[in-house]
Amino acid sequence: MNFKLKTLAAAAAMAFAAAGAQAQISGNVVKIGVLNDQSSLYADLGGLGSVIAAKMAIEDFKAKEKGLNVEVVTADHQNKADVGSQIASKWIDAEGVDVIVDVPNSGVALAVNQVVRDKGKVFINSGAASSDLTGAKCSPNTVHWTYDTWMLANGTGSAIVKRGGDTWFFLTADYAFGQALERDTEAVVLKSGGKVLGKVRVPINTQDFSSFLLQAQASKAKIVGLANAGGDTINSIKQASEFGIVKGGQNLAGLLVFLTDVHGLGLEKAQGLILTNTFYWDLNDKTRAWSKRFGAANGGKMPTMVQAGVYAGVLHYLKAVAALKSDDGAKVVAKMKEMPTDDALFGKGSIRADGRTIHPAYLVEVKKPSESKGPYDYYKVLATIPADQAFRPLADGGCEFVKK
Amino acid sequence: MAATETPAGPRDPAWEARYHGASLAIMVVAFGAAPFFMYPQFAMQLLCFALFACAFNLLIGFGGLLSFGHAMFFGMGSYLAAHAAKVWGMPVELAILTGAATSTILGVFTGLLAIRRQGIYFAMITLALAQMAYFFCLQARFTGGEDGIQSVPRGKLLGMVDLNQPFAMYYFVFAVFLAAFLLIHRIVHSPFGQVLKAIRENEPRAISLGYRTDRYKLAAFVLSAALAGLAGSLKAIVAQNASLTDVYWAMSGEVVLMTLLGGMGTIFGPVVGAVVIIAMQFYLADLGAWVTIAQGIIFVVCVLSFRRGIVGEIEAWLRNRRK
Amino acid sequence: MSTQALFGQLLIGLINGSFYALLSLGLAVIFGLLNIINFTHGAQYMLGAFAAYFLMQRWGLGYWWALVVAPIAVGFTGIVVDRLLLSRLKKVGKLDQVYGLALAAGLWFMIDRAFAGHPEWLVIVPLALWVLLTVSDRWAPPKPDEPDHLYGLLLTFGLALIIEGAFRSQFGSAGLPYSMPEQLTGVTNLGFMFLPIYRGWVIVASLAICFGTWFLIERTKLGAYLRAATENPQLVQAFGINVPRMITLTYGFGVGLAALAGVFAAPIYQVSPQMGSSLIIVVFAVVVIGGMGSIMGSIVTGFGLGILEGLTKYFYPEASNTVIFVVMAIVLMIRPQGLFGQR
Repeated sequence: MNFKLKTLAAAAAMAFAAAGAQAQISGNVVKIGVLNDQSSLYADLGGLGSVIAAKMAIEDFKAKEKGLNVEVVTADHQNKADVGSQIASKWIDAEGVDVIVDVPNSGVALAVNQVVRDKGKVFINSGAASSDLTGAKCSPNTVHWTYDTWMLANGTGSAIVKRGGDTWFFLTADYAFGQALERDTEAVVLKSGGKVLGKVRVPINTQDFSSFLLQAQASKAKIVGLANAGGDTINSIKQASEFGIVKGGQNLAGLLVFLTDVHGLGLEKAQGLILTNTFYWDLNDKTRAWSKRFGAANGGKMPTMVQAGVYAGVLHYLKAVAALKSDDGAKVVAKMKEMPTDDALFGKGSIRADGRTIHPAYLVEVKKPSESKGPYDYYKVLATIPADQAFRPLADGGCEFVKK
Repeated sequence: MAATETPAGPRDPAWEARYHGASLAIMVVAFGAAPFFMYPQFAMQLLCFALFACAFNLLIGFGGLLSFGHAMFFGMGSYLAAHAAKVWGMPVELAILTGAATSTILGVFTGLLAIRRQGIYFAMITLALAQMAYFFCLQARFTGGEDGIQSVPRGKLLGMVDLNQPFAMYYFVFAVFLAAFLLIHRIVHSPFGQVLKAIRENEPRAISLGYRTDRYKLAAFVLSAALAGLAGSLKAIVAQNASLTDVYWAMSGEVVLMTLLGGMGTIFGPVVGAVVIIAMQFYLADLGAWVTIAQGIIFVVCVLSFRRGIVGEIEAWLRNRRK
Repeated sequence: MSTQALFGQLLIGLINGSFYALLSLGLAVIFGLLNIINFTHGAQYMLGAFAAYFLMQRWGLGYWWALVVAPIAVGFTGIVVDRLLLSRLKKVGKLDQVYGLALAAGLWFMIDRAFAGHPEWLVIVPLALWVLLTVSDRWAPPKPDEPDHLYGLLLTFGLALIIEGAFRSQFGSAGLPYSMPEQLTGVTNLGFMFLPIYRGWVIVASLAICFGTWFLIERTKLGAYLRAATENPQLVQAFGINVPRMITLTYGFGVGLAALAGVFAAPIYQVSPQMGSSLIIVVFAVVVIGGMGSIMGSIVTGFGLGILEGLTKYFYPEASNTVIFVVMAIVLMIRPQGLFGQR
């Protein structure tokens, strides 16, 4: 009897809550648009896995029970900035999408950033690397989760030097992204008391890295920093193993490496690689439990940090919407910044005024095949970079609306 | 190319004129009304790509030269227009002209190289040159690498019309498209266009008639490059960004597909092809990888069984019916 | 730079050269008889690497097996492609459009089923299409057609899009692991450099394959038929040689060469769906530089440009991805038909 009463009361409360929410939530639904690359270079690290992550966030938030009607739409931006910004506009104008999440590829992300800002909705980026999203191009409607180039460079650089890797040789992809990674990492290596013995600028999409690896070998630097991404990173690591770089006592530091890349390389080739991640499925009981569910829904593939960031971002967004009982873009983002973040994957953290989410990062080393107990058992954590040191200081970003 | 030859038999000039007039009217009405029925931003994008495909068709459909590198003109135009509008602060019409001029100059240099070979070699050379242009854009500072050039201002047309109004922007783009389209139509039906067609059908004979065919081919190539650059520049202003995809080889492939699907060597074919392909990318965006697969299948089937393309098939059917 | 390092770079350049030579050789062989520039070549190179991966993953067959099985298997798919698609370019039938629509539906259905975990449709659909072709040809015999060469390029480009798109959607783009055969791991000290044994093996093996192919085409009776068929297919047909079959097998062979290059690449390069697409553009430039006149020409140009690129990587790494295109531009200005091409 008592039980029945309780349910009745809960149902009534829910009905009220729903009615209250209806008044302010546009179209009576909170619509989440997962916009990412589902067919090309970034499809593995985000792709449909990000859609699963977003749906899990809705499930875990218990949206239905809280009287929030949440829907997910998804599209492939094909890595085209114009396609991406058009889908974003169409979603917002014609389909009532309230928040756009993920969006890897910095070019597309920056375009969507502008669209979302103009139209006053919310953009939660997890997939793009550009630290401009919370710097020169920051927006009051944007939250950047998971990682950015500054954090990768800084985290990897300082943590490795601290552990004794004080001489570096850079293998840099010769374009803006690679050069920025190299520049930021070099600065932090020098600041931490390390030395840069040499560098070589390699055109992007190079197949054969042997000449460059020979130079790296000859430099006798303790650390070979790979300031590149995607296929270039994979090719350089594969061939470094062939030339016995790691066996010869040097270490590779990958400045932008995802779990999927390591999976694609295999431990035999990737062993000894050092990299920075903000999420790894095997960190603690909570991440393991979540990742197991994720893996079951994603054909056994474990989540990348980008997918984890989509989950955490959506969850935090829904919390803010529920607290505010409104899905008005700027207000929700303000609320998101006001509320501390807390989720199973990134732990407790916060969102800064410039939109940067602050959480710890981890310096990890790829295990030897003999140390790994099974598929996806890839990393051992070498060091934890505390949240307050992991990301670029607020004042250095040059975000226009951050008070100096 | 063989299949673009019009079917044999006497042509009825009056009928042709009526057919062209009617098609043109349909196109003008359809595009004129488009922003009332669809998303204006999307309709503008359609126009840009339709212009790009028409520019490409000028070369393949009437000059018989298959360029697999037209993305370099489109992309370079796009980058330069974006840069001119954003960094140099040029008014929009000058920015667009800057983009088109850049592509024209690029067209002269690449054209001089490429027309030294014909057929498949021409295709491979243009592809390789475009890859070079891609690497240049990737590494050059002003293009912003992977970030591209973002938030390109639209500004005011001639200092008066505010192009941030979607409808104003749409009709501006439409006017430019229509002007370029009519120009292409005019070129094709001019003596110059006739010589081009003669070269396409039989180059040695054209040479023996005293035409310096290289000059004609170069002129067609440069014209095509200039118009492709114009399309790219417009797109930079429409989408308010310029990015690496515009110069990537996949874009060269896409424009070939648009033209092939619509009908090579027909006046309206490229427009129809562009509309279909761009709509597919936009409306099927949630299909993911299937977009690429579908494009591939369309390519294969068009080449094997429908070489005349959509418009070519319709034209053939109409002509047959009259007999 | 010391002479030692120079030797090192030269040797490393030969590796790139091996891939360029194998791929441009395959293109030249196909072009010779089919008059088609095979745009699918990059995708077929990728198929070779993936075949090696599948052999390992599904049946535990290692590298040495892959070297034999993968080229044959991928070559066989080439034969299917030629029968169902390329050979149709040269014919016009009444039922072409029916076939085209059946092909579109069939391909779509086949890929969809394969994605859903029913690979048997990868066999059933091509078989059904083949039956459809045979029956319709019997019923309404097609007439021969001489289409523009460019259609071959467009057809194979479309095919490359389909293959790459399908593989990307199934296997993602991060690539798949493939380990090096144990016998070839390690490095050897050549005095002037440490050469990974595997690289030495690739150079030797691809030189052997290249010259073997050259010998087969230029010095054997079979090769004589091939060359004759290139010059005058009707005449050779009149001598009682089945030219269409020869064409099909030649395409299969050229595709097999691409797949072999893919197997060579699997242990050292990223095995991913997009591994062939940027490589093929460079190989096109190599082909333009060499001209497709001769088998030996494409081998020599391939290795030569590999070495040139290797040297650029040392002296001016920033330009190493454009050097081949620059050479192409220069060659076009001085000798448009290519170094070994005939006008």
